[in-house]
Amino acid sequence: MSLLEITDLTVSFDTPDGTVKAVNGMTLSLEAGESLAIVGESGSGKTQLAFATLGLLAKNGRAAGSIRFDGQEILNLPEAQLNAIRADQIAMIFQDPMTSLNPYLRVGEQMAEVLMLHKGASRRDAMTESAQMLDAVRIPDARARLRMYPHEFSGGMRQRIMIAMALLCRPRLLIADEPTTALDVTVQNQIMDLMGDIQRDFGTALILITHDLAIVAGSCQRTLVMYGGRVMEMGATDDLFEAPSHPYTRGLLNAVPRLDVPQEMLQTIPGDPPDLTALPAGCPFSPRCPIRHGPCADIMPSLDGFAARRLRACHADREAVT
Amino acid sequence: MSAPLLDIRDLSVTFSITRQGGWPWSAPHRLQAVRGASLTLAPGQTLGLVGESGSGKSTLARAIVGTVPASEGQVLWRGKDIVSMTAEQHRNHGRHVQMVFQDPLDALNPRMTVGQIVAEPLRTHFPNLSKAEIHRKVGAMMERVGLLPALINRYPHEFSGGQCQRIGIARALITDPELVVCDEPVSALDVSVQAQVVNLLQELQREMGLALLFIAHDLSVVRHISHRIAVMYLGRIVEVAEAEELIENPRHPYTKALIASVPIPAPKAERARHRPVLQGELPSPMSPPSGCVFRTRCPIAQPNCADAPPAVQKLDDTHWVACPYHANTDKPVQI
Amino acid sequence: MFATKSVADDLATAPLKGRSLWADARARFFHNRAAVTGLIVLIAVACFAIMGPFIAPWNNEDIDWNVLGNVQTGGRPSLETGHWFGTDALGRDLFARTVQGTQISLLVGIVGALISVIVGTLYGAVAGYFGGRIDNVMMRVVDVLMSIPYMFVLILLLVVFGRSLFMLFVGIGLVSWLDMARIARGQTLTLKGKAYIEAARATGVRPFTIILRHIIPNLLGVVIVYATLLVPSMIIYESFISFLGLGVQEPLTSWGALINDGAAEMTNGTLWMLTWPLLFFVITLFGFFFVGDGLRDALDPKDR
Repeated sequence: MSLLEITDLTVSFDTPDGTVKAVNGMTLSLEAGESLAIVGESGSGKTQLAFATLGLLAKNGRAAGSIRFDGQEILNLPEAQLNAIRADQIAMIFQDPMTSLNPYLRVGEQMAEVLMLHKGASRRDAMTESAQMLDAVRIPDARARLRMYPHEFSGGMRQRIMIAMALLCRPRLLIADEPTTALDVTVQNQIMDLMGDIQRDFGTALILITHDLAIVAGSCQRTLVMYGGRVMEMGATDDLFEAPSHPYTRGLLNAVPRLDVPQEMLQTIPGDPPDLTALPAGCPFSPRCPIRHGPCADIMPSLDGFAARRLRACHADREAVT
Repeated sequence: MSAPLLDIRDLSVTFSITRQGGWPWSAPHRLQAVRGASLTLAPGQTLGLVGESGSGKSTLARAIVGTVPASEGQVLWRGKDIVSMTAEQHRNHGRHVQMVFQDPLDALNPRMTVGQIVAEPLRTHFPNLSKAEIHRKVGAMMERVGLLPALINRYPHEFSGGQCQRIGIARALITDPELVVCDEPVSALDVSVQAQVVNLLQELQREMGLALLFIAHDLSVVRHISHRIAVMYLGRIVEVAEAEELIENPRHPYTKALIASVPIPAPKAERARHRPVLQGELPSPMSPPSGCVFRTRCPIAQPNCADAPPAVQKLDDTHWVACPYHANTDKPVQI
Repeated sequence: MFATKSVADDLATAPLKGRSLWADARARFFHNRAAVTGLIVLIAVACFAIMGPFIAPWNNEDIDWNVLGNVQTGGRPSLETGHWFGTDALGRDLFARTVQGTQISLLVGIVGALISVIVGTLYGAVAGYFGGRIDNVMMRVVDVLMSIPYMFVLILLLVVFGRSLFMLFVGIGLVSWLDMARIARGQTLTLKGKAYIEAARATGVRPFTIILRHIIPNLLGVVIVYATLLVPSMIIYESFISFLGLGVQEPLTSWGALINDGAAEMTNGTLWMLTWPLLFFVITLFGFFFVGDGLRDALDPKDR
């Protein structure tokens, strides 16, 4: 049994401008201890997928389908039961740590509170545990740092604190939504290294949500590419980068300049990210796809397996994607 | 190399920051955002300026454009100092130097139509142009940057991020400037749209003979578009070289660390890299370290690095580095 | 937007009209039932003030000698006598007087709001845009003016120079723009950080052109909302002054003066003298508040 099993998930929002379809029939599974990257641009639905998993959708959002965590259905669970699962079993790290840290409470208080609430630990034990965890995320002088307020830390340090907090209850799944996007490259490097070590040491499964293919390359075992709320393709990171089987993935890889290989001209994907209020009936990428043909605009290709644990949703032959 | 279009000499920019809780008349804190920067830019060339947040790269750009006053040094435009210009001369000079901004939507007045936005520099510098003439020029420029001229009466919020950036570029190019300062022009855009904008800038540069000052934190993009690259750290330029040279043969320990930090979208190559992780974080720009500003995080720091700011050494005609110990590297950096 | 060829051809034929933020706001405003109701009420009150004199059978100054002795019974609101709203204690037609009071009160409110919009917005935008010492001096002037108990000054003005409509406007004009100047300055400070302002500065656009072209249009949303809320507060100030007996001079009147008169007669069983002006006063204020709220929601959709 997989740790996380998402089947045919749809997430939509009612807005004055019409219904926004953020996620359209997502299916994925994640084994315990595995790391999965979800790559997508704005409007790919990657963040709403995470929010739906944690029951954090905005008020006007609706989710349908199934999300099973450890065999238990967790989609649309009542708030009380979800609270027990969140933090204890599934934890999340956000792009901007300041949104999830209370600026008026000392870091130690906030960390200890989590343990006291979910594990029933005593204050003293909770504080000790918190200090150890800060140590684990390589924050020097952890004991003293517990007495500091969030604004006294730099951006990178705050993200470390968020990671430490997320790990306090030893969750089995950690969802990181663009954890390094707000950070400088040298600090991003530190945080990604840390996440890799933590995942190995604690045996936590990791879902890394990002727009940056380059970060994924060095950090996750499997990669899933999303576009317009659908899976475009999925596979082991090495295979996917080596031989992308979807024109969108291919386009993304060609569009980013590389430091190691000089390019004369970048290849572009024409057009703009999808309008979620008016998605085509078929493949959401079809309006921008260089190899679209007959059925693409009208029929959504099915997500079919090929090779070793790889999936792709594209009407074109694999050979055509070059 | 031809005569420089822009010659920046020992430029410093200092901000006064009101002391918290102080009296209105007490002396403000002084923040040196840029210290002793010297650079040259030839016509039609692209100079990349990289650095992390707080490195002063955006401030340096603004001092060149003139929206932030320089406190010391000179910015010579074809030999004429911009810093000492009067406000009126400065406004006229604006025709030659234009700017493209990071957040495309933030850079466009939401109450103006695209046509009005693109026409603004024209109306400012050529007040005698007729309405029809302006309309024609704006339409041609919109077409040039890949926007349908029929959209001239639309408002910015009706466009996507990538299109807004095209509008911003159209506004910057309408007066036929010689230099365009691009402040992180692609970092707020989606990956698939970034390449469109980078390519557009390169095309326009070739066609119009523009010089570009391209500021970004993403070294991969800067390397792709630049002829020369300058690396900044905490207000100082630590290394300047031709783009290829800087990436393949970096000399300053910070440049090396920066290059090593940039992830590469190729899993096997990425794993095979030697990636020394730079320890620590950026010191506060309010109280930078004495001497060499990088010494607190430098893997090859020596005790006397704290004494005085390192002198800039000239390695060859095009490569300068501000580190006396640049030869004592531990290991060669792999890209 | 990189549409297919046929669509692109369509687009190329005629320049499209864009939907400005104002058009969006207008659509949102007219979707708001409370705001539209408020607007209808305000239009009705305005019509009442403008058309009233033409339909009123009595003049606001003339005393109906028939009812003078027995206002309690003869001065009742009635269709037969032509005193639709009844008469006041002196036998003057209350309908005509309410019409006249409405004119004065609305005029005071609108003049006050106009002064505040024009002076306050410009003053605040200039102070905020230039910043530094200019800002300091300009805003200290506002602080000083604000620290004067202006109700006292207004009363003093009216006592020294005599009660006149002009003095009332001078007094209200002196104070009404102060808050607006502060609000406009605060907004300008945020706008100043926007890249489009910097783009204009880098291009070499003159400071006053930047203020007029870029800052003021973007301030207007906030300014209009505040102005609609300012109108009722101006009306209340005037009413208060009139209630104290220092407002407009007889035989002119205003809502405050009418309410004062009505309140004085409250115990004599002539409640209509209080009810009519009060009714207009209350529905107008509510109208302005609803319209103000509606405008705020319409102009700033983020706050919804």
